[in-house]
Amino acid sequence: MMDFGFKISPSSAINLDNADLSLYEKVREIEPDISKCIACGSCSASCPAGKFSGMSVRKCILDLQRGKKKEVAGMLSNCMLCGKCTMVCPRGINTRHLILSICKLYKED
Amino acid sequence: MKENILIIGGGIAGLEAAAQLLRLGYNPIIVEKEDRLGGHVARWNRLFPDMSPAEDIVARLTAAAGDANIFLNTRIAFVNKLKDSYNIMLTNGISVITRILLFATGFSLFDASKKEEYGYGVYDKVMTNSDLENWFNTGHDERIPEEGPRAMGFVHCVGSRDEKAKNPQCSKVCCITAVKQAIEMKQKFPDAMVYCFYMDLRMFGKKYEDFYISAQRDYGVRFIRGRVSEVSENIEGNLVVKAEDTLSGKPIKVTLDLLVLMSGIVCNQEICKSAAQLSLPMDSDGFLKSRDNIADIIESPKEGIFYAGACTGPKTVPETLAEARAAALEIHNYITSTLK
Amino acid sequence: MAGMIFILTYCLVALVRIIMQLPGEDRKKFFISLVTPKTMAKNIRDIFCDCLFHVKLWKRNKLLGYMHSSIAFGWFMLIVVGHIEVLLYVPHRAKLFYFPIFFRYFVAETEETMRGAFFFFLMDFFLLMVLSGIFLAMFKRIQSGIFGMRRTTNPSFLDLIGLYSLWAIFPLRLLAEGFTADISGGSFLTKSLNYVLHSFLSDHANMLPAWWAYSCALGIFFIVLPFTRYMHIPAEILLIPLRNAGIKIRNARKGFAKAEVYSCPNCGLCIDACPMGVMKTHIKDTTVYLNRQIRRNNERRIEEISDKCLLCGKCTAICPVGVEGDKLRIAQRSLRKYAISQDYSNIGTASPEGSSDVLYFAGCMTALTPAISKAMESLLRKAGVSYSFMDRDGGICCGRPMLMAGRFDQARQLVEKNTEIIMKSGAGTLLLSCPICYKIFREKYNLGGIRVVHHTEYIAGLIRDGRLRVSKDSLRYVFHDPCELGRGCGVYDEPREVLSCAGSLAEAPKNRKESICCGGSLGSLTLGFDKRKAMTENALANLTAASPDVIATACPLCRSTFNRYADRPVEDIAEIIDGKAVAGTTMIDNRLIIDKKN
Repeated sequence: MMDFGFKISPSSAINLDNADLSLYEKVREIEPDISKCIACGSCSASCPAGKFSGMSVRKCILDLQRGKKKEVAGMLSNCMLCGKCTMVCPRGINTRHLILSICKLYKED
Repeated sequence: MKENILIIGGGIAGLEAAAQLLRLGYNPIIVEKEDRLGGHVARWNRLFPDMSPAEDIVARLTAAAGDANIFLNTRIAFVNKLKDSYNIMLTNGISVITRILLFATGFSLFDASKKEEYGYGVYDKVMTNSDLENWFNTGHDERIPEEGPRAMGFVHCVGSRDEKAKNPQCSKVCCITAVKQAIEMKQKFPDAMVYCFYMDLRMFGKKYEDFYISAQRDYGVRFIRGRVSEVSENIEGNLVVKAEDTLSGKPIKVTLDLLVLMSGIVCNQEICKSAAQLSLPMDSDGFLKSRDNIADIIESPKEGIFYAGACTGPKTVPETLAEARAAALEIHNYITSTLK
Repeated sequence: MAGMIFILTYCLVALVRIIMQLPGEDRKKFFISLVTPKTMAKNIRDIFCDCLFHVKLWKRNKLLGYMHSSIAFGWFMLIVVGHIEVLLYVPHRAKLFYFPIFFRYFVAETEETMRGAFFFFLMDFFLLMVLSGIFLAMFKRIQSGIFGMRRTTNPSFLDLIGLYSLWAIFPLRLLAEGFTADISGGSFLTKSLNYVLHSFLSDHANMLPAWWAYSCALGIFFIVLPFTRYMHIPAEILLIPLRNAGIKIRNARKGFAKAEVYSCPNCGLCIDACPMGVMKTHIKDTTVYLNRQIRRNNERRIEEISDKCLLCGKCTAICPVGVEGDKLRIAQRSLRKYAISQDYSNIGTASPEGSSDVLYFAGCMTALTPAISKAMESLLRKAGVSYSFMDRDGGICCGRPMLMAGRFDQARQLVEKNTEIIMKSGAGTLLLSCPICYKIFREKYNLGGIRVVHHTEYIAGLIRDGRLRVSKDSLRYVFHDPCELGRGCGVYDEPREVLSCAGSLAEAPKNRKESICCGGSLGSLTLGFDKRKAMTENALANLTAASPDVIATACPLCRSTFNRYADRPVEDIAEIIDGKAVAGTTMIDNRLIIDKKN
């Protein structure tokens, strides 16, 4: 790659017109409750892995809805599947199954 | 002969309805399970948004309903359906025959100890919104130190908007109550750090937004958008509260010496039994089901049975009073139309 | 005849395949165990007890036990006595294995009349025994209730063929032998039938269709056997020595797992046992149906069934042949492929606060029920135990939830991380509050001599040693055995011992090994929150049947699950005891206790 001495940084804005929501839709078929999230953050706050890494189920769901799946893969690789997030979720989302489903369906581009 | 109207519940809805029915020339009979009138409002200290004392309004309502028959410390023992009226046996041995029943049974506060992770009843520094109002009234509570808390927090939505607490509904009034109580704490202890942990702030009512702005600007109450997930105790006996600061996307931890849980509004648990005896249906939100949730909120699906106030869902004080007046008028219309 | 040859070759091939599928090390273990006298004796005893006498079924329900053992043992004795007869009277024919089965027929053919009243009596006696069993079996199809079973399995088409041919075999045999009883001899049953038959049928030629029908029924039964539930008869004979050799499930579909799947007799006892069974829609998700789907290789259903299960282990605990429904499911889960694999190498393992003899690990779930950890800390202080709290500020998950999801590699990583922390602490005892943690700490952790103990056992020890004095009052407690503590770790007595120090103890109708899962289990991957309510309410109904004042448990997850729907207080044993305990008079240095125990 040629070095021009400067870089053009990609836009940091989310463009919903070309967001890739295919993974979100696939996960939603298996665990429809994913769309019930109210982003209260209980899951992330109780997460024992969140202390060591950026793991946050709330952020995973949001990122999927915005088509940012790379970030999701990074976060989920720290999950311990302990089930605390499922216990505290006020909307009764089966977050453990959600996590497993994302891990299963995820595809690298 | 004056028509008997049995009002179940001597809270603000029951009192206001009784006052209006008296004016319309009926004979309202109030059955109240406790030893005093006024219900939850009588336990409160000051009311938003004007900070008017709760005891004033209860006193005014009680005076206006003074001519009604009032039975304190009384419950409904059982109900017999007669041909076109009800024979109601009260626990004090009196039986009432009436064509009209008004449910003004109000609500119960969610039992905060059921949200085990917040440690109500376990930790010495956790209280509920109602405990705090009680302290405003009496000044006695071991959980609040004399010099005031150094840092304290309010947890919104405790037992409301929570399927795990069997109550997915919004309790409507806790947001503004928390803001009110936060301001009151700041007025008493200006040096205390006060946090509000919320999921969404629902400032829908008259002047609520002004209240919120004032809490932010004039009192420096800190609002953190994140639901508290667990509370632990450190070695000094202070509370360590964990939440996610969802706006910065990071887990947040803060040490507090007082935590107030905003217990939500759930349907009066005791009334479910009487409702079942009269085969009154419950709505999917756990409250009594109205004939119609828009046009006929104060009418039950059964002839002659009416509702007022929080028995059909969380309500503010002005809403409850308006419903009580509307119910009185509706009862009057019902009686005059069926007499013909 | 064809049937018998077919089934024998089939079984032989299956046997060799299953043994070949075992990992080399396990295979060696198996062969060694076969020739070890001790396991050999155990094998023979177990085969007799389980396959012929059905001791476990007798314990469950007498009628059910009688039904099974009368058929199995009666048939077995018919074969044995038949062989003895043949050996005694026509030794030269004994080499033909089918001869004794049709002995009466051949004997009739040669018109040799035998005199062996004793054997005839025996044969008739056992035939009657089998017939009574068959009669009960028919009755059970209509009325399973009196056998202690509320629901039973829905048989497949081939199962029905097998079932009807099995039912037909013995009445036909009776009929056939009845016809020939006057020639070949018989006893009270066959002889009397013979008289009846002869009163209206005098021709001996009539016996031919009866013998043919008998032989056809027998042939059909053996031919369909490998494809029906009756495969459990030969499979169990293999499963018993495999189990006694200490072999465990290593592959979801091969080796030991396969032996278990084929040993399932489809009896359906697991249907009533399953906590999901309160909702009719879950009946087909029980272990018996899992086994059926595995035999049919129905991958979609296998995945569905194995992911839904709560892994409470009750089906395993009550299974008469010892099929491990929970472990089979975990094995199926381990087959799934994940595109994102967890990795914890970046997690640090700092040693916990301070260093003491007792290291308290409350666990993730206890963080959500602070009442338990607070009571535990208070008890430790009262008893004068020096302890450090390993996860006061949150810890690393024990790995059990990962293991239950079938992700062994990830679970192992978590186990290693925690092991590092615990070894650094220098503690002599690891005290746990959560039975989920307790199970994996006992089974998968190698902590080099550190004693691993659940708080119920530890509190029991403190009371026994006089370090805690508990005052008793009149409250009635019922103890809910958490799945992982009871069935999982076999701890049943300590919690009851502790509770009876605090008040009187009531027992739930279904308790101990048969305790009903609270419905909150982490074992299920797919079961949503809304689907669990009915299970919790069902479990609560069982607990409150004896109208106790307080529901006591010893698991944070059970506590919060029950507390949601219970109409009376739900408390952990630690809380109950903390409310009633004061420091005991004997204050022994903690080290002494540990030394004593080691």
